[in-house]
Amino acid sequence: MKKLINNPNNVVEEMIDGYVKAHPTYIKRLEENDRSLVTARKTTDNKVGILIGGGSGHEPGFLGYVGDGMADGVAVGNIFASPPPAPILEVTKAIDKGAGVVYLYGNYAGDVMNFGMAADLADMEDIHVEMVLTTDDVASAPIEEKEKRRGIAGEFFVFKTAGAAADQGYNLGEVARIARKTNEFTRSMGVGLTPCSLPQTGEPSFEIGDNEMELGLGHHGEPGIKKVPMDKADNIADELLKHIFADMPLNKDDEVAVLVNGLGSTPRLELYIMYRRVEQVLKEKGIHIYRSYVGDYITSLEMGGCSITLTKVDDELKKLIDHPVDCPMFVQK
Amino acid sequence: MSLSAREYLNYFKQVTEVIENEKDYLCELDRKLGDGDHGVTMSIGWQSVNEKLDTELLDETDCGKISSVVGMTFLNAVGSSVGPLYATGFIKGAKVLKNKTELTDSDIAEFWVAFVNGVKERGKAQVGDKTIVDTLDPFAKKLEAKFAESQDILAAFSEAVQAGERGMESTKDLISKIGRSSRLGERSLGVQDPGATSAYLIIETFQKVLEVESVK
Repeated sequence: MKKLINNPNNVVEEMIDGYVKAHPTYIKRLEENDRSLVTARKTTDNKVGILIGGGSGHEPGFLGYVGDGMADGVAVGNIFASPPPAPILEVTKAIDKGAGVVYLYGNYAGDVMNFGMAADLADMEDIHVEMVLTTDDVASAPIEEKEKRRGIAGEFFVFKTAGAAADQGYNLGEVARIARKTNEFTRSMGVGLTPCSLPQTGEPSFEIGDNEMELGLGHHGEPGIKKVPMDKADNIADELLKHIFADMPLNKDDEVAVLVNGLGSTPRLELYIMYRRVEQVLKEKGIHIYRSYVGDYITSLEMGGCSITLTKVDDELKKLIDHPVDCPMFVQK
Repeated sequence: MSLSAREYLNYFKQVTEVIENEKDYLCELDRKLGDGDHGVTMSIGWQSVNEKLDTELLDETDCGKISSVVGMTFLNAVGSSVGPLYATGFIKGAKVLKNKTELTDSDIAEFWVAFVNGVKERGKAQVGDKTIVDTLDPFAKKLEAKFAESQDILAAFSEAVQAGERGMESTKDLISKIGRSSRLGERSLGVQDPGATSAYLIIETFQKVLEVESVK
């Protein structure tokens, strides 16, 4: 696999270096830890801090979402690996304004342990931390074991609403409530067409035939529910939506936010063909699309494929979804 | 038999070499179960430990300090899930070795039992979940029992490593219950768990150090 890199061992450091130099008015690196990035902007006093984080390779997730209206800081891990507690703790200290900090991250064994250890360390420094895990991937566990599900692209909506709530002056408990509520109302499912490869190994992350796709693929290349023959976009969209509807029943006149997320190497052209079908199906069911997002929001290096996310929104969540955002990789006016 | 701080440092040096040699194999196992990076993660962590061995730890004589620095260095280099697991193991083990410059047979047995308890507490996995614990739990149980019985660390450790090896091999016939691979269900059958495999390499390397020491 061809990649624009220098030394495979330095890809994360060099990316961060490029990122902070490209966007100095948005983001800065903390002196205490190379993997700790915080907003360069002044935020309002007494604002609850929003800390996001996870492995690298998901860009714009997660460092791309530090900015006005979203996160205040990010702890950056190695490729597809949770950051250790040290950078999480440093970001926590830097963004706490006395109102506490909310950690938002996907439900993976490594993230749970590292963010948990960081929260214990923050507690020793008298910083109040709330942790909210995202569990939107319907393919990763049955509904009766929802707490085992991994977080995929639906994390974007959790960052969006929790970030807006913090910006609008919600207190620590309320921001955490919004994040949990958003996660509760969010479902995603993905499909993988082609694998990505880690810079250090160069090997494809999973095996798949030319005429096959992996339904329910995880965004680190974890195998999904099953491999099936490649199909037309409309049929794939129908299949993904079928799983989502079975998991989160939606009624006529319900309102949803929609995200059709590219995994890295799938062109917008194809993502909009997928969106086209999603819109048709929702319309047939009488479900209203409140806002839609189409593009690469949480990727998996150069993996091919996409995921569909639906978040059921009420008046409270709609107000937060509409809140303006200004981040290096995501702007909403 | 006893182990000096120098020999304890040398053990970690040997682990870094073993992991480097087995890196690709560990990635290969992980590609079948997870995201294919276990060998890379272990290599990043142990290479970072290797740097500490050549600098900060070069003349360190407190085995407790060595163990805790190894644990924290590994954690800060990798994060991931193995970071907190190994760090907790080495930090729990460090408590047993605190201020000791020379390790007796019972120190060695106690260290490894504390190490395994630390990993288990942090990860909350049970035997049979297809994780690192499938190697470490039978290893520690056998070590504790056999050492109590015979007071012979070399024999007890050798039997314990064999129990760990059987545990590692048992993961081939298990369905993952924890971690990323747990989402695979029955598709995880037939593949040996990479975390259980690297844990085996780490205890097996210690056995080799003991064997070399015993013939000195």
